[in-house]
Amino acid sequence: MGYQLSFTQIWANFDKLSGGLLLSLELALISIAIGALIGLVLAIWYVSAGRIGRTLISAYVEFIRNVPLLLLVYLVFYGLPTAVNIAYSAPVSFVATLSLYAGAYLVEVFRSGLDAVPKGLMDAGKAMGLTPWQRLIYVRLPTMTRITLPALSNTFISLFKDTSIASVIAVPELTYGAQWINNKTFRIVEVYAVTTVLYVVTGYVILFGLRLLERRFRVER
Amino acid sequence: MSATSLLQIDKLNKSFGENQVLTSVDLNVVAGEVVTIIGPSGSGKTTLLRCVNFLETYDGGSIQIDGREVGFTDSVSRKRRGEADLAGMRAETGMVFQSFNLFPHLTAEQNIMLGLRRVRKKPHKEAREIAQHWLARVGLDHKADSLPSELSGGQQQRVGIARAVAMDPKVLLLDEITSALDPELVNEVLDVVRQLAVEGMTMLVVTHEIAFARDASHRIVFMADGSGRE
Ligand SMILES: Nc1ncnc2c1ncn2[C@@H]1O[C@H](COP(=O)(O)OP(=O)(O)OP(=O)(O)O)[C@@H](O)[C@H]1O
Ligand SMILES: [Mg+2]
Repeated sequence: MGYQLSFTQIWANFDKLSGGLLLSLELALISIAIGALIGLVLAIWYVSAGRIGRTLISAYVEFIRNVPLLLLVYLVFYGLPTAVNIAYSAPVSFVATLSLYAGAYLVEVFRSGLDAVPKGLMDAGKAMGLTPWQRLIYVRLPTMTRITLPALSNTFISLFKDTSIASVIAVPELTYGAQWINNKTFRIVEVYAVTTVLYVVTGYVILFGLRLLERRFRVER
Repeated sequence: MSATSLLQIDKLNKSFGENQVLTSVDLNVVAGEVVTIIGPSGSGKTTLLRCVNFLETYDGGSIQIDGREVGFTDSVSRKRRGEADLAGMRAETGMVFQSFNLFPHLTAEQNIMLGLRRVRKKPHKEAREIAQHWLARVGLDHKADSLPSELSGGQQQRVGIARAVAMDPKVLLLDEITSALDPELVNEVLDVVRQLAVEGMTMLVVTHEIAFARDASHRIVFMADGSGRE
C-alpha cells in the first residue's frame, strides 16, 4: 500500500496558505518599493559620483551580492539586535533585509539602464537648454524606465519568491503556513504541492501584468 | 564687422587628447545669414557646431553669440559658466541632429512642448499652441499625437526642426540633418530649411547636399585640416 493522497486537511487549514500568500505579497511589495527607492537613488548618485561615492556604492552592492540571503536574514534578525541592543519584530526585520537585498540588485539594474540611455537624447536635452536635473527627470529617467522594465520584471519575481526565506524567522508567510500545516497534519506531499501551485500561479500573474506594462512602454529606438 | 556679427568665432582651438581637431578657426555669421560648412569626413564640422552650443568645451579662442561669450564667463579668464547659466545660454541656439534624437516616450507635440514648458516656462496652453503652429509649419499637424516610432525618418526630422525653431533661437545649428534619410525623404526636410532661410533665420549648416548649399545659403565655408576657408 502506497501513500494515499488526501487534501481534506489541507483545505481545512487553507487560511494558513491564503493568509500566508497575502503576507508574502505584502512583504515583497514593500521590500520592492523600498529597494527600488534605494536602488534608484544610489544609481543616480553613482553615475554622477566621484571615486569615493562609487567605491562606497560598489562596496554595498558587492557585500550584499556575496552574502547568501538566508545568512543576511539571520544577521539582521539575530545579530543586529544583539550587537546594538535594539528590538524589532520578525516581519520588520525581514522587510529591512529584503529591501537592502533588493536595493543592491536594483542599483545595478538602474545603473545599467541609466548608462543605456542614448547619448544623443541627453545632447538633445542639453541643446534645448534643460538643466541637469531637468534632463534627469524629463529625459533620462523616463527612457531608463522603458529600457529596464524587462530586467525589473525578473527581479520582482525573484524577490517575491525570496519571501519564502522569511519562514526561518517564523514570519507567517506562505512557506511558513505550509510548514505549519505539515507539522500538524503530516500531509507533506499535498501541502507542498498546493503551495508550489500557489507560488507558480502568483508568479505567473505578476509576470503577466508586468509584461503588459512592458508592451505598453516598449522603447522604440 | 564684429559689431554686426550674431555669431562670432575667433581663433577657436579644440583637440581630443592628442588629436587637434580645430586649429584657429575664425567664422562670423551676421543675423539672417545662412552659412554652410562643407568638408571631408573627420575635418571637425560636427565638433565646430557642438562647440557653438557648448556640447563640447573648447581649448582656446572665443565664441560669442550676440556679444556674449559661450560656455565661459569671458574669453580671458575662461571660467566655466554654472550649469543653470549654461542651460540658459544653450536655449539661445537650436540644434537639429543627424539622428533626430527625438524623445521616444513623448509624442511629436510633447517633444516640442518640453523646452517651451521647462526652459521658456510657457503655460501649458501657450506651449501647446506654439507646438501646433510649428507642427503645421512643417506639414505635420495631423501627427501631433504620434510617437517618434510611428513617424517616418523625414517626419521625425521635421519634428526635430520644429522642436528647435519653436524655442525661437538666435542661431540654428543643423548637422547633416538629411544624411540618415532615404533619398526620397530628403527634399521634404530641405524644403522646410529653405523656407526658414527665406524668413531670415540665422543658420549654420553642415551638409553634403551641395546643390542645397549653393542655392539656399549665402556663404559656403570649406573645412579641411581643422581650419576654415571661404
Ligand atoms: N568625443 C570625441 N572623442 C574623441 N575624438 C573625437 C570625438 N568626437 C570627434 N572626435 C574626432 O574629431 C575629429 C573630427 O570629428 P568630427 O565629427 O567633428 O568630424 P566631421 O567633420 O563632422 O566628420 P563627418 O563628416 O564624418 O561627420 C575626428 O578625427 C574624430 O575622430
Ligand atoms: Mg559630422
